[in-house]
Amino acid sequence: MVGTGRRCCGPSGATPAMNCRAEVLEVSVEGRQVEEAMLAVLHTILLHRSTGKFHYKKEGTYSIGTVGTQDVDCDFIDFAYVRVSSEELDRALRKAVGEFKDALRGSGSDGMGQISLEFYQKKKSRWPFSDECIPWELWTIKVNVVNLANEQERQICREKVGEKLCEKIINIVEVMNRHEYLPKMPTQSEVDNVFDTSLKDVQPYLYKISYQITDSLGTSVTTTMRRLIKDTLAL
Amino acid sequence: MDTDLSSQDRKDLDKFIKFFALKTVQVIVQARLGEKICTRSSSSPTGSDWFNLAIKDIPEVTHEAKKALAGQLPAVGRSMCVEISLKTSEGDSMELEIWCLEMNEKCDKEIKVSYTVYNRLSLLLKSLLAITRVTPAYRLSRKQGHEYVILYRIYFGEVQLSGLGEGFQTVRVGTVGTPVGTITLSCAYRINLAFMSTRAGEDNAAVYPSVEDSQEVCTTSFSTSPPSQCVFTVTKAHFQTSPPMVTDTLKVPVMGLAFSHQLSSSRLSYQPAALGVGSADMGYPVLFAGGLNAAHPHQVLLIGPGKEGGVPPVPNQPAHGTQADQERMCTPLDGVYYSAATPSSSEDTETVSNSSEGKCGSPHDLLETIFIRKVGAFVNKPINQVTMANLDIPFAMFAPKNVELEDNDPMVNPPESPETESPLQGSLHSEGSSGSSTGNTHDDFVMIDFKPAFSKDDILPMDLGTFYREFQNPPQLSSLSIDIGAQSMAEDLDSLPEKLAVHEKNVKEFDAFVETLQ
Repeated sequence: MVGTGRRCCGPSGATPAMNCRAEVLEVSVEGRQVEEAMLAVLHTILLHRSTGKFHYKKEGTYSIGTVGTQDVDCDFIDFAYVRVSSEELDRALRKAVGEFKDALRGSGSDGMGQISLEFYQKKKSRWPFSDECIPWELWTIKVNVVNLANEQERQICREKVGEKLCEKIINIVEVMNRHEYLPKMPTQSEVDNVFDTSLKDVQPYLYKISYQITDSLGTSVTTTMRRLIKDTLAL
Repeated sequence: MDTDLSSQDRKDLDKFIKFFALKTVQVIVQARLGEKICTRSSSSPTGSDWFNLAIKDIPEVTHEAKKALAGQLPAVGRSMCVEISLKTSEGDSMELEIWCLEMNEKCDKEIKVSYTVYNRLSLLLKSLLAITRVTPAYRLSRKQGHEYVILYRIYFGEVQLSGLGEGFQTVRVGTVGTPVGTITLSCAYRINLAFMSTRAGEDNAAVYPSVEDSQEVCTTSFSTSPPSQCVFTVTKAHFQTSPPMVTDTLKVPVMGLAFSHQLSSSRLSYQPAALGVGSADMGYPVLFAGGLNAAHPHQVLLIGPGKEGGVPPVPNQPAHGTQADQERMCTPLDGVYYSAATPSSSEDTETVSNSSEGKCGSPHDLLETIFIRKVGAFVNKPINQVTMANLDIPFAMFAPKNVELEDNDPMVNPPESPETESPLQGSLHSEGSSGSSTGNTHDDFVMIDFKPAFSKDDILPMDLGTFYREFQNPPQLSSLSIDIGAQSMAEDLDSLPEKLAVHEKNVKEFDAFVETLQ
């Protein structure tokens, strides 16, 4: 993963000290609910972290496009959420969540993992150093996949997970409304260091999504692989 | 305090707060319409989308919000509140949520109005969009229609939370500091959903000014009375706005600045409230409202004249607030009449039925509805428009099917008075037998045969009530009775040696089979 550490980072060069705020959410869901639950949380966060497209004018001023919203009903959870009306953004999130879901299902997984949404700023560095990515907000969603035995349990799970997600949305909104650090609005030349301008209808802050799967030994899959290779080589 | 703020900034701030309040109301009301909202993003700024968010403006809602604000802005001690309540078809109502936009004295002098405050208000609106979907009322509102409707009311002033019941919860949507105070948006919502009967008209004491500006009204309450009474469906063809469909209700100014409105977007249905005598005498199918209530909107149903008839002249009387046994006729508008009547007699069990079921589609169609009035068991007045409905005793659907309902039921046909033709008997037997006859005494009335979905099938023709009662007590399974069980056990024991011999012969085959499994 490109960039500096994922926890709090100290001062970097001339910029003032920035603390990357980190929020952790935990959910327990059934296998088929993973996708919808993750999308609900990620979309809610990105709703708050997206603006309309900037249109820079002369004299350094800019105007902002309009962000539309739409309701999404979940099929496997008694829950509905609002997302930004942007098919590109939705596709990007679905792709990431799909990979996470597949990894969770894969062998070596105990059904536990976490998906992270990190907002960062780019800081251009001189050659030969590559650009720095400085995170300023990190959301981690820890997922625990449960297996249910019968339809009645599934029905209860639908409702319970719906209620839990309602709580998560309230938590997210609470964090958003603390009005803590946000990158300052960039000039035209700097806009790509702060926002993702690749989408045609909305402009989220620069973000990246990554995930980690915990295997049954409680360690991450990467460490297990390393150990296996080491053991093989030791023979 | 204000001297620190430039006049331009002050003007901007006031404008932001005003439009923020209006958009807040729009978001809340639209989230309770019962439908999914979808607006498009636009990369080029249109200039008319406040806070860079595509939030549609439903004109009636804006109108009502502006009226409630009456040119003022939320300030300390003056909050703007949107009350969301639920009303069943039987007249029970319940407050579900109160959304409050408040201002407190904590000022943030350093903040930039045109930039930071604006962006934070935009963020707060996004939070409101998210939070309106997670309170319990959202799911209730998505299911509204047949049994209940969701209503809203905007008021300005002191926040009134007493109607939310015990143990209500509060969720804070967010705050935005401004140089003149801190704006706070929060929601208090009920968690105890047990119904308290607050039927319309019970505690209404205020006198109402005359009803003004009635607009086309739709209501979606269905009767939840027993299936023997037919359910009436009216569809309102004319809608004023494009989706999300919001149809306006009769505006009744209550308590000064509060207005009540009803949201509905699906097919309309009819609330059977008891009609006063007068409506029967009108000789015209008339709808009625559930009565007026000080705090809640009344549901008024507009009906149009039937295809054949013209509209009978209706005297224009002011509506009064007392729920006495009087009927009110309201101003006809657009060729449509309605009445706001109060429940006058609890023993009346009149219901209306409608055979036509249209879709909301073409504008400017008057409602075309045909009615049946079904008369209750204890009604004494002669009612000549009544035709025999399918079954004319209450709960008749649950009566055993082999009973000839009208003729043998002693309630309907008292055996000791064969001579006297009481009005009751006369009216009940005016049309002879039940069933799906189409006897009409009046051109405006048709018979409908009430058939609840899935209640009948060809193999076992019986109605839902009979089915339920019969199959609730099924006979015991024969294999469970001891005698038969004992017998079959004895037979099994006898045949056991033979079976064992056969199996021993085939031992090799069984072994081979087991091998294949491994």
